[in-house]
Amino acid sequence: MSYLPKSPWLVHYDASSCNGCDIELLACLTPLYDVERFGVLNIGNPKHADIFVVTGSVNEQNRSVIENIYKQMAEPSVVVAVGACASSGGIFRECYNVQGGVDHVIPVDVYVPGCAARPEAIIDGVVQALDVLEQKHKDRKKGAVGRV
Amino acid sequence: MNILLFLIMFPFVVAFVLLGLPTRQYAIRKFIIIGSAIVLSGVSIYLASQYFSGGPRYFSFDSTGVDMAILFAEMVFAGIIAGLSVKHKQYFTALLMLTGAGLMLGYEIGLGGTVHAEEILIVDNLSLIMALIIGVIGCLIALFSMNYMKTYHERHPEVKDRTGFFFFIIFAFLGAMYGVVFANSLVWLFGFWEITTLCSFLLIGYSQQDEANRNAFRALKMNLLGGIGFATAIILLAYNDQVTQLNQLSGLSTLLPIALLAFAGLTKSAQMPFSSWLLGAMVAPTPVSALLHSSAMVKAGVYLIIRLSPIFAFDTGAAAVGIMVALVGAVTFVITSFLAISQTDAKRVLAYSTIANLGLIVVCAGVGSYQLFWAAIMLVIFHAVAKSLLFLSVGSVEHNLGQRSIEHMDGLISYMPKVAVGMVIGILGMFLAPFGMLISKWAALEGLVNSNVALTIFVAFGGAATLFFWSKWLGKIIMVKSVPADFKAHISRSEGFSLGSLAVLTVLVCLSFPLISRYFLEPLIETIYNQTYLLGAGNTAILLLMMGLMLVLPLTLLRSGKRSYRDQYLAGANTGSEQFHGSLGTNHSLTMRSFYLKNVFGEDKLFNLSVVICIILILIMIGVGL
Amino acid sequence: MKESLWILFAVLYVVLAPFIGGLIAGVDRKITARMQGRYGPPLLQPFYDVFKLLQKENMAVNKHQQFYVLSFLVFVVVAGAIFFAGGDLLLSIFALTLASVFLVVAAYSTFSPYAYVGAERELLQIMAYEPMVILTIVGMYMVTKSFNVVDIAAYDGIMFLKLPAIFLGFVFILTIKLRKSPFDISMSHHAHQEIVRGLTTEFSGKELAYIEISHWYENVMLLGLVFLFFASNPILALLVVAATYFLEIFIDNANSRLKWQNVLFSSWVIAFVLGAGNIAILAMLI
Repeated sequence: MSYLPKSPWLVHYDASSCNGCDIELLACLTPLYDVERFGVLNIGNPKHADIFVVTGSVNEQNRSVIENIYKQMAEPSVVVAVGACASSGGIFRECYNVQGGVDHVIPVDVYVPGCAARPEAIIDGVVQALDVLEQKHKDRKKGAVGRV
Repeated sequence: MNILLFLIMFPFVVAFVLLGLPTRQYAIRKFIIIGSAIVLSGVSIYLASQYFSGGPRYFSFDSTGVDMAILFAEMVFAGIIAGLSVKHKQYFTALLMLTGAGLMLGYEIGLGGTVHAEEILIVDNLSLIMALIIGVIGCLIALFSMNYMKTYHERHPEVKDRTGFFFFIIFAFLGAMYGVVFANSLVWLFGFWEITTLCSFLLIGYSQQDEANRNAFRALKMNLLGGIGFATAIILLAYNDQVTQLNQLSGLSTLLPIALLAFAGLTKSAQMPFSSWLLGAMVAPTPVSALLHSSAMVKAGVYLIIRLSPIFAFDTGAAAVGIMVALVGAVTFVITSFLAISQTDAKRVLAYSTIANLGLIVVCAGVGSYQLFWAAIMLVIFHAVAKSLLFLSVGSVEHNLGQRSIEHMDGLISYMPKVAVGMVIGILGMFLAPFGMLISKWAALEGLVNSNVALTIFVAFGGAATLFFWSKWLGKIIMVKSVPADFKAHISRSEGFSLGSLAVLTVLVCLSFPLISRYFLEPLIETIYNQTYLLGAGNTAILLLMMGLMLVLPLTLLRSGKRSYRDQYLAGANTGSEQFHGSLGTNHSLTMRSFYLKNVFGEDKLFNLSVVICIILILIMIGVGL
Repeated sequence: MKESLWILFAVLYVVLAPFIGGLIAGVDRKITARMQGRYGPPLLQPFYDVFKLLQKENMAVNKHQQFYVLSFLVFVVVAGAIFFAGGDLLLSIFALTLASVFLVVAAYSTFSPYAYVGAERELLQIMAYEPMVILTIVGMYMVTKSFNVVDIAAYDGIMFLKLPAIFLGFVFILTIKLRKSPFDISMSHHAHQEIVRGLTTEFSGKELAYIEISHWYENVMLLGLVFLFFASNPILALLVVAATYFLEIFIDNANSRLKWQNVLFSSWVIAFVLGAGNIAILAMLI
């Protein structure tokens, strides 16, 4: 058994979100939802984190940042796109500078819908990500290549 | 006895041969220097092996002729220096010089006929340790200088190439240092003492630039002041108590001579308020700094105070003088450790830390209990090796990077791995357990708790500052950085040899400290105090175990575990190795700057304050003497 | 007989300290959560975290850093072992300082701006607490006439009564050592701060796990030092240790972080007034 699902640490990146999803994500840490019950910490450093949570859509400015952060996470790691914008570009999809969802840049494991995504939905997304994390850990142990 | 005279005379002979040699005779000079370095260090080691067991030994012979020669030489020197001073409009220096010479002349004329030192020379374990330091480290520094001076002159075309003169002074200086540590007759001791002052004056002023001259005269002034104290002490001793020897200083009728001797020691070891001469001496070529600061000149000062230390311990009257000496050392230790934090120039950091360590030695010697006596001598040994290693390394780094600011030593371990490892050894040796200085600091703390608790407070605060400035420098050195392809470090064979030997020596001295303690210090302390300081066997074992760990753990570096490498975290703005996005599409390289805390520990905040405190303390010390 | 008992203590420390330290960290997080009106993580959460870290990829910036981190762990254990073997307290503290320097150096070696700022601040913290630690030991020596933990622990009478001010001063700098607010300027156990994770920014996986375990070792030893003040009455001592730790958690939750100037000056003033003051009074009484 791996300990990964018992201690998921996240790094949160606000790509170009309107801050709606960010506020909801932070709401998960408050006493009402208290995700630390499940060992979740908002660690703020990709090198320590297991789950990369992105809110907002991808544009020219933040594309390289998302890539860099993703590259600096230790294996196994998963990516959760939170909110409509992160999943697909949302209402900003047609903007001249917006390229679309996070999956334009890095592989996304879990999509959390909503505008803004509700805390319950975010927690649900993270919990689903834990299964992916566990699966990736098993693959890694078997010697399968983690990511390109 | 002949060995002693040989060690004193031989460097002078070599010095004059080197002086006579034309500047361009590099090969012959090299041959002479290497040869005499081997002879000096070899004879020093032989001497130590002959005399280390058994108590102190004194040698008497008829020295009337030599005394006269010394006096004559002194007068000639005084004349030259006074002339030089007048030429540079340094009238006060000239006055000091002539006063000192006048005092000695008066002594010889007035009292020279009635009192005479019988036992001229002394060999005990303290002078043997000093002789080993001078012999081995001094010679390594001389070897290092050969190529260093060549590069120095290539880098500084404005400085006239006087390499022959440089080595003349270096060897004369070594001879004088042997004289200082073997002399038992106070007149002899004073004679050699003054020669070291003059040599340091000439070495600091080597480049003959304005700044160098100014600093050289400052050093001269301060040391001459100490010299006048010394001369006055000699006259008082001879006049009041008919004492002319170093080993007869106990049970005097007045304490003033002791206070004056301590004063001379304080000036020589650059304690506050006399620290500025040692800082100014940094303008000299780096090997000079290594020689003056680590192994020799300043050690002469503490050597004298260590010699006085049993008197401070046993004579209740002198103890009051001792406490004042210790307080000067303590204030110096704390303040200069603070000041070292604010320095960016590597040599100034080394200079301040040297003054700080000498301060700690002075604290130990001033209180003078047997534990502290042990600690003081251990400090002298460890400091000499580690600090000269550091000075010489900084010299090499300066020649390769063209800079000696700590800020430019980022990633030295990548640029010049070997020199960097040497520096790391030196720095670790200066402040961390289980290495040398810390062992002594530990003993010092234990000793102070038993004799003078108030002083432990100084050690606690000063020690914390020491840790700060060394660690931040250490951090700069061991950063791992990418090296530009066109960078190539060049270190000549002789420099490499000196650095390597000193690094190995530092490690060996640390590893063999129980042996040094057992065979050199314990017999010495036993004869003086009738009891001896022993580091508990258990603690020694733990220390050695820790040293073993420190030697073994780096082996894990060789292990090539499965690891993947990623760039530093730069908030996602990385654009390649050590590069990041700036605003408006610019690309920046990563640079970092240390804390220097100038607003708290700057020279303008603390220096004058401590000068005032120490002047008051010294005045009280002399007042107690009266 | 007596000696072998102390050796046993040292062995027990090496084996058990991570478990005790981890548990304390768990309790810490639980109490912190409760103070914030949250339910908090499971008690064993710190262990889950460390086991997870051990299962992650071995990732680094350079080849050297793992050596420094490993040395940090080794020397923390050495320091604690000396302490619990009843050895020389000064030596033990020196070993602990050596370990701290290794951690700082590890952060420096990564050449990362966040780790760098963390390292510099950590050094400031070390400079801030070091005098008080030394004065604490000096005070203990003055009372018991020995630097050995064996003798200090065997002191009959409650040392706290002789060293009340030093005890307070020690608790004060314990806040720095335990990395509690307002003195957690180099790295914080709480997420997210302006220097990312400070000192530990560039460490991940196994190395981060080592650092965490070292902290557990370190904390147990520090609480051992608190214990010494009341060693003649073990039950009272344990209560005081618990109360002290609770107080630290409370301070942690009731304060925001301070600037380095405040950390340095307040600790030095405390060391000078409480530490040196207590020593001066003791010296007069003896």
